[in-house]
Amino acid sequence: MEDKLVIGGKELNSRLFIGTGKYPSDALIPQILEKSGAEVITVALRRIDFDSKDYNILNYIPEHVQLLPNTSGARNAQEAVRLARLARSSGCGNWIKIEVISDNKYLLPDGYETVKATEILAKEGFVVLPYISPDLMVAKSLVDAGAAAVMPLGAPIGSNRGLRTKELIRILIDEIPLPIIVDAGIGKPSDACEAMEMGAAACLLNTAIASADNPVLMAEAFGKAVQAGRQAYLAGLGASVDYARASSPLTGFLSS
Amino acid sequence: MNFYNEYLKYKNFDFDAFFKMITDSDIEKILQKDRLTEWDYLALLSPTADKYIEEMAQKAHKLTVQHFGKTILLFTPLYLSNYCTNQCVYCGFNIKNKILRKQLSLKEVEMEAEAIAETGLRHILILTGDAREIASPKYIRDCVKILSKYFTSISIEVYAMDQEEYADLIEAGVDGLTIYQETYNEELYGKLHIKGPKKDYHYRLDAPERACKASMRTVNIGALLGLDEWRREAFFTGLHANYLQNKYTDTEISISLPRLRPHVGGFYLSHKVSDRDMVHMMVAFRLFMPRAGITISTRESAYFRDNILRLGVTKMSAGVSTAVGGHIQGGENTGQFDIADARTVEEMKEVISQLGYQPVFKDWQPI
Repeated sequence: MEDKLVIGGKELNSRLFIGTGKYPSDALIPQILEKSGAEVITVALRRIDFDSKDYNILNYIPEHVQLLPNTSGARNAQEAVRLARLARSSGCGNWIKIEVISDNKYLLPDGYETVKATEILAKEGFVVLPYISPDLMVAKSLVDAGAAAVMPLGAPIGSNRGLRTKELIRILIDEIPLPIIVDAGIGKPSDACEAMEMGAAACLLNTAIASADNPVLMAEAFGKAVQAGRQAYLAGLGASVDYARASSPLTGFLSS
Repeated sequence: MNFYNEYLKYKNFDFDAFFKMITDSDIEKILQKDRLTEWDYLALLSPTADKYIEEMAQKAHKLTVQHFGKTILLFTPLYLSNYCTNQCVYCGFNIKNKILRKQLSLKEVEMEAEAIAETGLRHILILTGDAREIASPKYIRDCVKILSKYFTSISIEVYAMDQEEYADLIEAGVDGLTIYQETYNEELYGKLHIKGPKKDYHYRLDAPERACKASMRTVNIGALLGLDEWRREAFFTGLHANYLQNKYTDTEISISLPRLRPHVGGFYLSHKVSDRDMVHMMVAFRLFMPRAGITISTRESAYFRDNILRLGVTKMSAGVSTAVGGHIQGGENTGQFDIADARTVEEMKEVISQLGYQPVFKDWQPI
């Protein structure tokens, strides 16, 4: 069955996006991509050393994988916009994950500044994927601003706590006519699977893979979990029954 | 409202009596918690917590990997000038010390920059003594302009400045400030800083906050370990870091744990800090502030640095010379202190990789 995710006109076979910031070695990246099947990888522009022979992370990313530079380090819309433009002019393509964080304590994104940056960059032809707290009104503004997808957090970034914001993400899935990509907080493959079963379009994760004892094996596990969750969503989950058949039905009198 | 008000709350606090009250069960409970209060942090610094150092280290390691990954950011210091007007009893740059005084010309700065950039480093920390007539803010600014051609992150470790001066340097390309209070003990501070502008405890104490107000991206603080009793210094450092991080959320606050080293003119050390004490305060701090950076310099030996790398460290210096012009000219007899780990950047890269970590050269992009 054909089930492709289309973002910015690009067809993707895998619904797993991966990050890059925390691996013991960038040399693991090709194996992680291969085993997980991921076709989109996000890289912080601040980390890319274009001039380095040995430590340019881009050297580890295969041609067929879609690069998603991110604006990590931006504290407001203006900084995010400048980083995005710098990424594009450095040859990183026109996809951009907007990350605006002025809270170094919890690393929670700034919705207002994110909307502003999205509006500017979408007009400039970027494929904009903004990272937000799962707030319906912010997400609606992002639709109007021209975002290509919306990326709500499942829990605070790097926390591995799982889908703590499940109910809010469910609302975004129901109400927002863009792909909802759960980004941040996913700790276990079962969390990713659950997000996909709910109807999320994709999951993005880094810490859960990078901090595993065997990151390549964990990447493979996440690839399978995302696929399983997606298939379950497409198959249509059976209704779960949380009430028992009462021996003295309350509506029994209707048939008598 | 500034940090001094926070300091005053604990200034006359009976730390020893508090430590005596801490039981094993208190520590066990704290180790189960996700978020620690100031009191929890202080309890973790107690002698009672010492026997839990392995449990604390395990948790510190886990939290650090979770928030920073298996990565270590590398940088090197560049000493621009060792002229100094202060008389600080523990420092090699002390005005009374008969060392060769030198300040790099802009041409020499460029040569040093070229040599350092060749090693692959993209983060640099520039240092001067406290002589604002000679190593003036304008001179530092001129150096920053040159360095920004070679490095993507430039931090300063210079004399305390006004907010406007920090703003001016940020505009020129500086993104980080390192400034140590040396000791938080107000009375001791007065005694150790015999003469010179640094004698002003309050001006020094508020310097990190002025940098935050000027929108400095990273602010790194610390106490010079060995001047006073380490548990208190570690507590006040954590308290100060937490105060700044809560108040200035858009600045990344980090700490250093600089242990006193011998230098030309002697070795002032009134309170010995053992390796175990260093580990104790590092892991306690990590549990208190899981997302804050921790820097370890080449004041520490290669053996110790390799072993503490997994316990919470996020940033290390490499290829270090504390001498003015030391990266290409040798710079004999101008150093601030003797370093203990003389490994090159290339050697550090190897060691970090062998330990299962990624040496990171670039983690900032000037915007």
